[in-house]
Amino acid sequence: MLTYIVRRLLAMVPVLIGVSIIVFLFIHMIPGDPAVAILGERATPESVARMRTELGLDKPIWEQYFIYIGNIFQGDWGRSIRSNTPIIDEIRVKFPATAELAIAAMIIALLIGLPAGIISAARRNSLFDSTAMFVALIGVSMPVFWLGLMLAFLFSVALGWLPFSGRLDSTLVLQTKTGFMVWDALMTANWNALGNSFAHLILPAVTLSTIPMAIIARMTRSSLLEELGQDYVRTAKAMGFNERRVLLGHAMKNASLPVVTTIGLQVGALLSGAILTETIFSWPGIGRWIFSAIQARDYPIVQGAALLITLVFMAVNLLVDISYAFLDPRIRYH
Amino acid sequence: MEDTALISQQTMARNTFFRQAFRRLWSSGSARLGLFMVVFLVLVAVIVPLAWPYNPKTDSELTQRLQQPSWSHPFGTDNQGRDIFRRVAHGAPISLRVGLLAVAFGLLVGTVLGMISGFFGGWLDSVIMRIMDIILAFPATLLAIAIVATRGPGLENTMFAIGIVSIPGYARIARSMVMTLIEREYVSAARAIGVAPIVILFKHVLPNGLSPLIVQSTLNIASAVLEAAALGFLGLGAQPPQPEWGAMLSDSYKFLTVGAWWPVLFPGLAIMFTVLGFNLLGDGLRDALDPRMVVKSRRF
Repeated sequence: MLTYIVRRLLAMVPVLIGVSIIVFLFIHMIPGDPAVAILGERATPESVARMRTELGLDKPIWEQYFIYIGNIFQGDWGRSIRSNTPIIDEIRVKFPATAELAIAAMIIALLIGLPAGIISAARRNSLFDSTAMFVALIGVSMPVFWLGLMLAFLFSVALGWLPFSGRLDSTLVLQTKTGFMVWDALMTANWNALGNSFAHLILPAVTLSTIPMAIIARMTRSSLLEELGQDYVRTAKAMGFNERRVLLGHAMKNASLPVVTTIGLQVGALLSGAILTETIFSWPGIGRWIFSAIQARDYPIVQGAALLITLVFMAVNLLVDISYAFLDPRIRYH
Repeated sequence: MEDTALISQQTMARNTFFRQAFRRLWSSGSARLGLFMVVFLVLVAVIVPLAWPYNPKTDSELTQRLQQPSWSHPFGTDNQGRDIFRRVAHGAPISLRVGLLAVAFGLLVGTVLGMISGFFGGWLDSVIMRIMDIILAFPATLLAIAIVATRGPGLENTMFAIGIVSIPGYARIARSMVMTLIEREYVSAARAIGVAPIVILFKHVLPNGLSPLIVQSTLNIASAVLEAAALGFLGLGAQPPQPEWGAMLSDSYKFLTVGAWWPVLFPGLAIMFTVLGFNLLGDGLRDALDPRMVVKSRRF
């Protein structure tokens, strides 16, 4: 088991190096001088020269790369051009907002997607199955941001039930400790803030959950159907085991490997989708931050946030790989 | 002579295979629906620019701003008084072109890389596949956004970025295809009589392993259209006043708060129609061609 984990970790090293090189080169891939790209076309030659020294652009490129990596490890992720604040500080504030949104979306996706997939497989070709799979197909065929806009129009503008933007009404005060507003409100027993932050969370979380939900439902159904066709399921049924137990206890357990993989991959989709969802709902997280940084050509932010998101994505995929070993003992000894 | 006879036999077998596959495709209701949707879109994309020319720059009629759908404007008008129906129709060729070209680019590069990887093996295989792993380590949309951010907004760069992101998927399929087919007797025979590797790959291996690539490409057209719309919405794809569906959404979503839902609803429905069509067709093709090698399509 331990050797398996170590092997997975070692396999990640070349990929990590590759990712860090690409993220490092991001600033260099912008056409023209990175210093000019950062300062803008109207910058004076002196300020450009100063910026070049500051960024270390006068050094050979491989040396710049090692300096960049060294800085990353020391927590120096660069500074925003606009506000000159250290990027790592902004990440500390903005990442919890994105994490709260992504976790809420994943919970919704799992709560609806998994049962929908299981029931569809158990009652194959039933009305429920065809309806659920049609809805799931619509779900993966829809632009997420468009769904978000239509939901916002319906529930916020037309019906006035839910707030359109932000995380908390400006009239409310909440002591944030973790940055997860719903959690903080719960812990401090601030019921007003709890209800309010929860209401703010619903629309963006539902929007963000659609694609993972649809894909999880489809994947659960197809891998469960594959298991239900196996001999052991027929044997178990023939031996008179309770159908539900065969389905959930035996078949689902074996079908869970591809489902877990899908869930892991969907975390990447959630983090990417957050760029659009956060922009629509003015959610103050990493996604909206990246978008506004691209518009303002604040490239160090784009670089830092892209590195963060990719690292989180890789970490989740590593966890998925490790969870295989728990789910399927054969992998441990392979 | 014998060589040509063998090849024509192969060709015949392939023709029958694709004819049967088409019959299977046609027998599935949802695949047929997808095929109709795609054919409809292609017809719109070809006919509309010819039969109903449109210049997006001279289209504003400010007296007609944000009109509700009516007989004269079936989809209403946008904030510059432009007829949304007309703009949605003229968006079809743009989105189809982006989808097709991005997929063609990714398919070409990915397939060639994957085939080289699978055929030659060794260090070349390791290097190519590690690079593919690195591309896959980035969430797809994020990578596409970053590529467009460095190269500047616009449709060409959108297609390029979406194509790059899809390369690893094709490379993996093509690699596993080559590794399976290379064991076949006809490939060993071709090798034994000294046929050049490149001829073997493109004349004998590729045509026999096309099915999974066709399925993956069809599904990827769907995700490419979605991706292009997302980039357009973020202002990184097609630039106004081009009637690209994502850019149209980005132009008009601010007016939702004043109750104007139609400039947002219709371009979105057009995107959904297109993506749904290709998804239905792709799912149908997968069942019809039954390629067990299809790697799970990368969804964005």
